[in-house]
Amino acid sequence: MNKKLLKQTIFFQIFRMTSALVILFLFVMIWTFISNGIGVISWTFLTDMPKRGMTEGGIFPAIVGTVYLTLGAIVFALPIGVASAIYLVEYAHEGRLVRIINSAIINLAGVPSIVYGLFGFGIFVVFLNFGTSILSGSLTLFIMILPTIVSASREALLGVPKSFREGSLALGATKWQTIRHMVLPYALPGILTGAILAVARAAGETAPIILTAVFFFRPSLPRSIMDGTMALASHIYYMATQHHAINLVRPLTYGSVLVLLSIVLSLNILAIVIRTRYRRRKNW
Amino acid sequence: MPVKIETKDLTVSFGDVDAIKNVSMEIFTNRVTAIIGPSGCGKSTLIKSFNRMNDLVSNVKITGQVLLDGENIYGTNYDVVTLRKKVGMIFQKPNPFPKSIYDNVAYGPRIHGIHKKEILDKIVEENLKKAALWHEVSDRLNSSAMDLSGGQQQRLCIARALAVEPEVILMDEPCSALDPIATAKIEGLIRTLSRDYTIVVVTHNMQQAARVSDYTAFLYLGKLIEYGLTKDVFENPQNDLTEKYLTGKFG
Amino acid sequence: MKEFLIEKFLFASSIFSIIVVTLIFLLLFSQGILGFREISIIDFLFGQTWQPTSLVKAEFGTVPLVYGTAVVTSIAMAISVPVGIAIAVYIAEIANPIEKEILKPIVELLAGVPSVVYGFFALVTLATWIQQLTGTNSRLNALNGGLILAIMVIPTIVSLAEDAISSVPREYREGSMALGASKWETIKNVTVPSAAPGILAAVLLGFGRAVGETMAVLMATGNAAVVNFNILDSVRTMTATIVIETPEVAFGSLHYHALFGVALLLFLITFVFNYMAGVIMRRYGRTGR
Repeated sequence: MNKKLLKQTIFFQIFRMTSALVILFLFVMIWTFISNGIGVISWTFLTDMPKRGMTEGGIFPAIVGTVYLTLGAIVFALPIGVASAIYLVEYAHEGRLVRIINSAIINLAGVPSIVYGLFGFGIFVVFLNFGTSILSGSLTLFIMILPTIVSASREALLGVPKSFREGSLALGATKWQTIRHMVLPYALPGILTGAILAVARAAGETAPIILTAVFFFRPSLPRSIMDGTMALASHIYYMATQHHAINLVRPLTYGSVLVLLSIVLSLNILAIVIRTRYRRRKNW
Repeated sequence: MPVKIETKDLTVSFGDVDAIKNVSMEIFTNRVTAIIGPSGCGKSTLIKSFNRMNDLVSNVKITGQVLLDGENIYGTNYDVVTLRKKVGMIFQKPNPFPKSIYDNVAYGPRIHGIHKKEILDKIVEENLKKAALWHEVSDRLNSSAMDLSGGQQQRLCIARALAVEPEVILMDEPCSALDPIATAKIEGLIRTLSRDYTIVVVTHNMQQAARVSDYTAFLYLGKLIEYGLTKDVFENPQNDLTEKYLTGKFG
Repeated sequence: MKEFLIEKFLFASSIFSIIVVTLIFLLLFSQGILGFREISIIDFLFGQTWQPTSLVKAEFGTVPLVYGTAVVTSIAMAISVPVGIAIAVYIAEIANPIEKEILKPIVELLAGVPSVVYGFFALVTLATWIQQLTGTNSRLNALNGGLILAIMVIPTIVSLAEDAISSVPREYREGSMALGASKWETIKNVTVPSAAPGILAAVLLGFGRAVGETMAVLMATGNAAVVNFNILDSVRTMTATIVIETPEVAFGSLHYHALFGVALLLFLITFVFNYMAGVIMRRYGRTGR
């Protein structure tokens, strides 16, 4: 009996150590970026243009580019993704079509981001002739985050009790009135969480925008959606591997990583907070 | 006696299973009709076919007719929204919306286009009074409906249904989730409301049927076995099955 | 009328996903197939040399690229599968509520870190650690890529496997405990085996993610398209090849089509793994029963 318990204790401790190790890794990694990057972070770093072949100055155009690309993606993905989820949950009847749509969404979710990149390159940049532009990049990211939004919205909609719908329909509300007033408001926190996570993912994506939207260096801010841009994620890649003086710009690279990581992790934390809050407050 | 709802040879099936088989019956205006029978006999399916809530199930198939004021509600031109406005429904488990008491009652009128504050105020007060809930909640109309007790929630649901001015109220085992005191209040309410509304109540509780209803229908395995004045059905059942059920020999 | 239009809009939106999947496949296929007019499929799949820009003799053998992906993915899976399952078991069955509250969000954050950030960490820190430990000459190598990829795949495996383990019915556990089994024996003999299909699906999805991962392996592995059978040598994956070469390729050239061919190969591999995971999840309703 004691031997049994000893064995159990040993295994449980191994599992606990493994978990701790992974947490430790995350903290070591974050600490590496903070300790090496915090030195260059300043107001001018965030708001200045890059100078002297990007060996000095700030990363303002990269931040702006990331914001544009991400906003562009979510502007398309949110309405279409939510609409798609509403159709699947509220309107569609079980059947072949729904199965096909579902497997399409699952497969989209599994397509590697680089394949999205090449797809965006082939369709938007070359075929539709949008060129290397914010538009091409946003559309590519939009398609990439669509499955995330659909899945999150669908879960959120399914979480709204059937009795809300029945109660509303029984009062003579139309289907759409019911969805608008008794379903969507209560699914909103879940949809929002999904959207924030999708934005975070889009902001950190690199490979797709390298093929569709960004330049190594662009001396001015983009003026229209048909312009190419710089972006944080690609900037990090270029500064870390392609710059002519990699070691000289290393501190700036650490700084850029710290900025990107702060944005992306804050969004993730925000999503987690919204979700926990809303679960706790839910009274139905 | 004026007839409010009439079913003609109504059959409702889900997939290959017939939940209701060839039911023909008349439901009389401003009377309380109880539908009794062992669980799984199709009671709920039957009343849900009166406001077409069965439509929400994807594999449902309905044949025969249901006439409301002589008009077939399954006819091609019949508008479900108008139907559900005329035929309200109270569910087994009280299902208030997670909104304020006021907004619960005002939900229906708003959906149907009433937005003036003073009119809504009047509707809310009037219907909470009709549902015998007004004096319990008049000082906290803006607090959440979820904070009410189960019995109060069910009366709120009744007020909510009344606010769209229905002619018929369907009740699907309205007391099954409530304690005896709350049940008594709802039963009293059913009696009062029957002066102005046609009420159909499904119950698995025979005493309740005897207490509240004017007419009783006994349903068994989807078939209408017996239907008549409550007094007659309980005191002098014509069918063996009815008698067995009423005397507790099965179900 | 309004209701009708809304429904049509919603329907159109949900059809969009099907259209996109079809378009992706058609584009990759049509562009990739054009390459096979000049490159034989045999050479493409079994050729030992990837030298698309050579002026003397351009060669499009994907073996070195597939080898690169295979090595890096194998290392990643060898680590992430046991570690991921261990953490999933810990969260689902062993951890106290506080540990759970800490672990779950951290796993989510780990999943949220952008791959270029992982790549940069592998490039500057992990590579140095490996070099110090092994004394290898090529700082950027398959092991480095495999390790960073393992970290990236762990969250996928943990969250899906944890779902599967958590949804094993409580009665199974109680039944086992009632027979006098210890908690560990119950986990080992009842809970985890019951969740096996769900865990397998988690591993397959993790595999799909590893094969498709781009930036981190691009920055960590050194990108030499050679087959040396040494994890301390540089390798180049399929994904890295596409990122490196696409921006410089001449539109419509043989090289351009060959890159679409590589993407098609990648798409098909991940498609098969995701499909298998989907089938398993559907059949066992995710719960692992």
